[in-house]
Amino acid sequence: MSQADKNNTEPGFVTMLDCEKPEPIIEICDLVKSFGDQRVLDGINLQVFPSEIMVVMGGSGCGKSTLLQHLIGSTIPDEGLIKLFGQEITTMPEKQLDEIRKQFGILFQSGALFNSLTISENVALLLKEHTDLDDETIETMVKIKLELVGLRTHSEKLPAQISGGMKKRAGLARAIALDPKILFYDEPSAGLDPVTSAGVDQLIIDLTKKLHVTSVVVTHEMDSAFTIADRMCMLDQGRMLKVGTRQEFEQLRDSAPEDLDNDKERLIRQFLRGDATGPITERKMTSDYENDLLMVNANKIK
Amino acid sequence: MSSEKSTNNSAVTADSELNYPGRLIIKSLISFVSMVGGMYLLLLESIYLTLKGLLVPGNKIGGKSLINQMVRVGVKAIPIVFLVQMSIGVIIPLQIFPKLDEFGQGEQVATINAISGFREFGPLMTAIVLCGFAGASIAAELGTMVTSEEIEALKASALNPVRFLVLPRLLATIIMTIMLSVIADVIIIIGGMLTAYNLGIGPETYLNLTFQAVNISGFATGLCKAAVFGLLIGLIACHLGLSVKQWQGSEGVGQATTKTVVYCIVSTIVADAIFTLIFYSYGLF
Repeated sequence: MSQADKNNTEPGFVTMLDCEKPEPIIEICDLVKSFGDQRVLDGINLQVFPSEIMVVMGGSGCGKSTLLQHLIGSTIPDEGLIKLFGQEITTMPEKQLDEIRKQFGILFQSGALFNSLTISENVALLLKEHTDLDDETIETMVKIKLELVGLRTHSEKLPAQISGGMKKRAGLARAIALDPKILFYDEPSAGLDPVTSAGVDQLIIDLTKKLHVTSVVVTHEMDSAFTIADRMCMLDQGRMLKVGTRQEFEQLRDSAPEDLDNDKERLIRQFLRGDATGPITERKMTSDYENDLLMVNANKIK
Repeated sequence: MSSEKSTNNSAVTADSELNYPGRLIIKSLISFVSMVGGMYLLLLESIYLTLKGLLVPGNKIGGKSLINQMVRVGVKAIPIVFLVQMSIGVIIPLQIFPKLDEFGQGEQVATINAISGFREFGPLMTAIVLCGFAGASIAAELGTMVTSEEIEALKASALNPVRFLVLPRLLATIIMTIMLSVIADVIIIIGGMLTAYNLGIGPETYLNLTFQAVNISGFATGLCKAAVFGLLIGLIACHLGLSVKQWQGSEGVGQATTKTVVYCIVSTIVADAIFTLIFYSYGLF
């Protein structure tokens, strides 16, 4: 077990990772981001190691998509640093950042395929733009990528002509076009039926094994998260509650509430189990929440 | 209860707007400056990328994409431009002829039609057609690309959206506004000639007077205007399309499209007035 994993198993939960630990492929230190008065990310620390699948979980609006935007360099943090492949990207000039971007792929929630291009053209685009390969080689590579995701027979269709699950797979084929070292997934199972969702999960596992890539998956689909994760982390209200192995999270999910030490553990347990009652729902009953909701002193109304 | 609440809310909003009219003016001013600034930066980047594409080996402008956009922006607009300009060619002689005929100068409709067509109606009406035909569709397309994460995907793939999306659309709009203006000039003359024939002016007389009225300078200033109108339409449409925020969804796309059509038409007419003033001052007709 690595030092980082040892830290993650400690019951303190918010894991303050030492930025000098050896060779993580992704490293986030004390990341802070606010939009107006709202602090969306509040001192996030995370390390992701080569060839692992890290699942980032959390409820809607907890900051996980914002975290992903920081990781792909499309949002600049207020404080903290992000290192990809050992290079600090938050202060990096756009041109240099583009070179880093060529080393990772991203699967967007909607697939984000270019609607005016066919599936094969979508996959070929990055190869045409970023490599000197001839058309024949590109065509062969596109076929290989589409075969990996099971879409070779649909290569000439436009995105509008294929289903949601196929769009995700096509998006994945595009994401792996340049043989990236890191793959980011934004809600890969969102909006898919259970069978298609399981298919996408299996694809993520297969690709990670076959291509030896590091995967960071942002999701709140628990079945999917427990299927694919090597390690997991959970965000809540912009804070990192816990980073740990899948087994640790499974243990937490299956524990009885009375066996848990603190509210954080109970909150994570409620989220993992999808319970209707627990700390997450209880905090909506506090007077602060009521005041915020009603914009007046709730006690006066009572 | 809810209607009471909404009445109160609108009263509060109206009150705050009445109390602070300056705030609205400042907000509009900031929005205008920000838009002009954004368009200026987009123009600079487009010029840089065009020059780089033309002069530095290995930097592509995207010829295939440019041709696709030229077909979409210009070729498909030919029937509408034809209809509009043919109508202009019919309207002007019919409006002018009775007065000119009173002075025995009825055949001068050819001169007036040629001058107004080449200098004004050719480029201006073509640009106005393209405000709706090209501007709205470019803004809607780019706005939809923002909301469907396509722009984000381009950036994350180390592809510059300006080079990949803006440049072909901008160049296509400029080139096709110029080309359509030339076509418009010809159609206006044909329309005028057919109308004049019905008014008793022979085609030979009409064409002779037309060629006497139009000189290279008048033709060139018309095309110069067309280029600027095309640039304005392309810049406004691309800027407003890319300014849509992902969270705004279809409403944001709709707003961007409407704004594009309005701003394009207004800016085209204002630019035309400025051009006319300049050309008049320097005698460039």
